[in-house]
Amino acid sequence: MSFLKIATPAQARRFFLARSGLVLSGAAVALLAGRDALAAKSGDKTSDTKILNTALAAELEAIAAYQVGAESGLLQKPVLDLAVTFQGHHKAHADVLAKTIQKLGGKAVAAKSKYTFPVEKLKSQADVLRFAAGLEQGAVSAYLGAVPLFGNRDLSKAAASILGDEAMHWAVLRQALGEAPVPSAFVS
Amino acid sequence: MSILAVAFAASAATAADPEKGKEIYGRCLACHALEYDRVGPRHCGLFGRRAGSVKGFAYSEAMRRSKIVWNEETLDRFLANPPKAVPGTAMTYAGVPDATERADLIAYLKQACK
Ligand code: HEC
Repeated sequence: MSFLKIATPAQARRFFLARSGLVLSGAAVALLAGRDALAAKSGDKTSDTKILNTALAAELEAIAAYQVGAESGLLQKPVLDLAVTFQGHHKAHADVLAKTIQKLGGKAVAAKSKYTFPVEKLKSQADVLRFAAGLEQGAVSAYLGAVPLFGNRDLSKAAASILGDEAMHWAVLRQALGEAPVPSAFVS
Repeated sequence: MSILAVAFAASAATAADPEKGKEIYGRCLACHALEYDRVGPRHCGLFGRRAGSVKGFAYSEAMRRSKIVWNEETLDRFLANPPKAVPGTAMTYAGVPDATERADLIAYLKQACK
């Protein structure tokens, strides 16, 4: 079954749960799923897939970063659970992005076999949280910078949906660090 | 008050602030790091470097062929609107439209690896 042929969010969710055990908010899936018109509607397919692939590459790195955090031994519950949950969201984003790229006739980038992270600077739970918060802040900005570029507005909407999720991660991580969770009225 | 003093006041008011630039660099952190390659290439050594020339980084054709050499001006133009400045770039990011923010960011990049 092609992911993008799934007609309803409920169906998509069942499919997704069955496949990967991930709990996925229906919203992001619905945005990208069930649109056979998606490819046809896309203004400029090449650049839309390019945008999606850049986003996918960043999501794949975020998944690896959370893995490093989770395995560092520096995170205590409940922070550890938080990291695992957020990693799950990034996996869901990556999955939906990859499938959309394929749907548009593109080739989804694969995860790198090795990522560089500033592990020598991660010595405490707070260090790991701060590192993750930086990645999430960057992700919010990256999606914000992608929203106006898509030829296909459905993809802009999907990017905005992911942006909202990353912004929540960022806020919760800031809160866990004892910082003001929402530092300003706008993200940039 | 002399004209010089006025001119000085004006330029002081617009002097780029690398501290603010560091904050703005937070927007780049999904894809870049100063010292190592990620989704985007490392930024240390940027000034005077030919665009698309970090060894081992898989740039787009568009960036490799752009013939840009990075300095304050070329960075200002690129960062204002990357896909417009280098059509086909893999940096699919709308950019930093505010000129003052760009100046701060460029000031930060200039001194970040020293
Ligand atoms: C969504 C990911 C992403 C974001 C966000 C991003 N970049 Fe990039 N950047 C890239 C990619 C990918 C490339 C390589 C482009 C290519 O090959 O066409 C790149 C290339 C560049 C280059 C050219 C470097 C070289 O070696 O020629 C500069 C300069 C740059 N980025 C600066 C920035 C700055 C400053 C920011 C933050 C305001 C930023 N980027 C945000 C992904 C990103």
